[in-house]
Amino acid sequence: MMLILAAMLLWAFGWWLNLRLAEGSYAHTRAIQVTVPLIFGLTILVVWELLVRGLQVPLVILPPPTMIAGRFASSTSILWADFVQTFVKGALSGYVMGCCAAFVMAIAVDRSTFLRMGLLPVGNFVAALPIVGTAPILVMWFGFDWQSKAAVVVVMVFFPMLVNTVAGLRETTAMQRDLMETYAASYWQSFFKLRLPAAMPFIFNGLKISTTLALIGAIVAEFFGSPTVGMGFRISTSVGQLALDMVWAEIVVAALAGTLFYGAVAMIEKVVTFWHPSQRG
Amino acid sequence: MTEHPGADVVIEAQNLDLTFETNDGPVHALKDVSLTIDKGEFVSFIGPSGCGKTTFLRCIAALEQPTGGSLSVNGMTPDEARRNRAYGYVFQAAGLYPWRTIARNIKLPLEIMGYSRSEQEERVNNVLQLVDLEGFGGKYPWQLSGGMQQRASIARALAFDADILLMDEPFGALDEIVRDHLNEQLLALWARTEKTIGFVTHSIPEAVYLSTKIVVMSPRPGRITDVIDSPLPKERPLDIRDTPEFIEVAHRVREGLRAGHSE
Amino acid sequence: MKQVLAVLTVVAVIIAFWYAASVPMNIRGVLVEAERAGEVVDPPKAADRRQIDEFELILDNPFAIDDTWEQERPRLPAPHQVAEELWDTTVEKKITSKRSLVYHAWVTLSATLLGFAFGTGLGILLAVGIVHSKVMDMSVMPWAIVSQTIPIIALAPMIIVVLYSVGVQGIIPKAVISAYLSFFPVVVGMVKGLRSPDMMQLDLLRTYGASKAQGFWKLRLPASMPYLFASLKIGIAASLVGAIVGELPTGAVAGLGARLLAGSYYGQTVQIWSALFGAAILAACLVGLLGLIERAVLKRMGMA
Repeated sequence: MMLILAAMLLWAFGWWLNLRLAEGSYAHTRAIQVTVPLIFGLTILVVWELLVRGLQVPLVILPPPTMIAGRFASSTSILWADFVQTFVKGALSGYVMGCCAAFVMAIAVDRSTFLRMGLLPVGNFVAALPIVGTAPILVMWFGFDWQSKAAVVVVMVFFPMLVNTVAGLRETTAMQRDLMETYAASYWQSFFKLRLPAAMPFIFNGLKISTTLALIGAIVAEFFGSPTVGMGFRISTSVGQLALDMVWAEIVVAALAGTLFYGAVAMIEKVVTFWHPSQRG
Repeated sequence: MTEHPGADVVIEAQNLDLTFETNDGPVHALKDVSLTIDKGEFVSFIGPSGCGKTTFLRCIAALEQPTGGSLSVNGMTPDEARRNRAYGYVFQAAGLYPWRTIARNIKLPLEIMGYSRSEQEERVNNVLQLVDLEGFGGKYPWQLSGGMQQRASIARALAFDADILLMDEPFGALDEIVRDHLNEQLLALWARTEKTIGFVTHSIPEAVYLSTKIVVMSPRPGRITDVIDSPLPKERPLDIRDTPEFIEVAHRVREGLRAGHSE
Repeated sequence: MKQVLAVLTVVAVIIAFWYAASVPMNIRGVLVEAERAGEVVDPPKAADRRQIDEFELILDNPFAIDDTWEQERPRLPAPHQVAEELWDTTVEKKITSKRSLVYHAWVTLSATLLGFAFGTGLGILLAVGIVHSKVMDMSVMPWAIVSQTIPIIALAPMIIVVLYSVGVQGIIPKAVISAYLSFFPVVVGMVKGLRSPDMMQLDLLRTYGASKAQGFWKLRLPASMPYLFASLKIGIAASLVGAIVGELPTGAVAGLGARLLAGSYYGQTVQIWSALFGAAILAACLVGLLGLIERAVLKRMGMA
């Protein structure tokens, strides 16, 4: 009972603190803008801990954060192996292959009006489909190991990347293209000097969307069969053993991997497209 | 190809026709346009929208294909002239690449045309001086005002040795004070470089102030209604706009525009 | 018109490529069957055939090409096999039958729609809160954005099992997954939309002395519609994926995900492919339907 009361008090305190900070005169500073969501997140974690202990929630329903952290710390070697299997071998290799293939395809599509008119609607259509459903087929074709996961990732990232790159390469204005025409620039000259740089914000948009898709594809594909290592494998077997602390530890890994992957791509974007209005601010 | 009489004729159009096919039927953008422009002239094209002034400029630059008549630039077809990099084109918007500094924007045509690195540097410095932008080479376009951006885009068109400068309402988006200033600078620039300039505008004072020859055009179909050779001297301070000669020419332009309208 | 022609050409090329790919993909299986049926296969021994690549096998055994498109459990079923299976399991079967794809699609769809409705509703409410409360904006918004970068679908198996252990099963666990997958895109899109009116428009309302509520109903909400629909389309696709994935871990017996899983257990490739196309058609219909609603709504508001 005490713990529940403490949780409620803490929640009220956290909210009050954030309210003071958000309404205060330093609200626009970077430090406060980072602090406020951190306080919010921390409050939730502590309230979660207190509630789970206070209400004596069974561990098979929701383990407290400290237990998850403990599990995380004590099984770093398993988690690392899973991370390498799923993220590095499956997601990352598929991501690189899929994005490169889509990029090359986009250039081909861009050179032919007919191809663009035909392929773009099809690409848009496919990009909205539940492509992750191809996982059982690809697992059947490429086996249980990481190759099939990479294949699922390739298929998943290909179309969003293709659509974004083609849209980006169309992004130049008629005036900019006319200017290139007056210089009698060749196709590749205007490609490298005008259209590729102009397409960069779109390309990075595709790259960013694809980071999350890659991780989703690699994890879900493991639900259809995998060697005895991997994040998706660990999640589904741990769920079966009701070892929910392990599941949560694995989810923490997935969250960290996803955020860092996205963050890395976003950082490169900031450097490459420093000139774009969305990055100047 | 038409025979051109004197060596000093730069652009010669004879009975030029251009029809666009649209969903609402054909549009006569240019009909029976004949015009000769000599070397070193400053020619303004003026008229209401749809009169074909921009289209004519684009034909000279081989950005549009005429459907009839003949057009020669430096004794070549417009497309050959384009391949010979015979002209610099300045659009209504500066159209600088935001990912390049001003200096690298000016280098862009030089890179495409294969100038050496040292020559690129030299030319950039020259034209930056020409348009009064020394010291701004390292800035990005979005760090400059609209007038400065347009000056940079003129510098870009001047950077390579094109002897024709085609300008499509280059100052249309700028306010009048900046515009006056740029007009003055443009005249000085023209005097120094002796280029042939084709200049599209819809401002009567601008056309009269700048030009040695004013081409008045009218729409539906796009055609030339009057060609006025300006009696104004080559040396033109801004207050020339208050002289009777200036007002006289402006009046004739206005008459021409009105005549084209009432038909 | 030209566009339609181009799309049809691309689709035709894809189908042709698919047929062509089925031949090398299935040739080995066909040859094994032919060998068992007593036909003369070149080379006759399976061990020897393993040394030879698929294309040579095709050249050596041209009689087998037809059969590569008619196998019962091919590695890659031909388009017409998938089409036949789709036809069989939708039109020919009663929709109450366990073998009807319509039945399975409905199981998945109902969970998708329930979850989508909840996720969207909560998402819009949270977005309204975020736009009107600075503290909520600063506390919650960064997490909503970060959540887009993590594969929250990994939570799906756990939700199913946890809810099962407290006695909740059937449609609800899947709907929960669908709900949280559509929730975050809607929050982020809707916040963007509610913030889309520019200063001038907001100032104009201020000169009219409009209240905060009037500002919301007359300006912010209408202005947010294009953004809302864009994120609804993303959200419904995510919801469907969520419902399908939600059917995987417990070995559900009904639903498109269950069909995929059962197909992959028993090597029923045609069944997998038809379930996949079923899911694709469902997704396309849902997104298309939202597109139609979007057009109608925006048209009524004079925005399209």
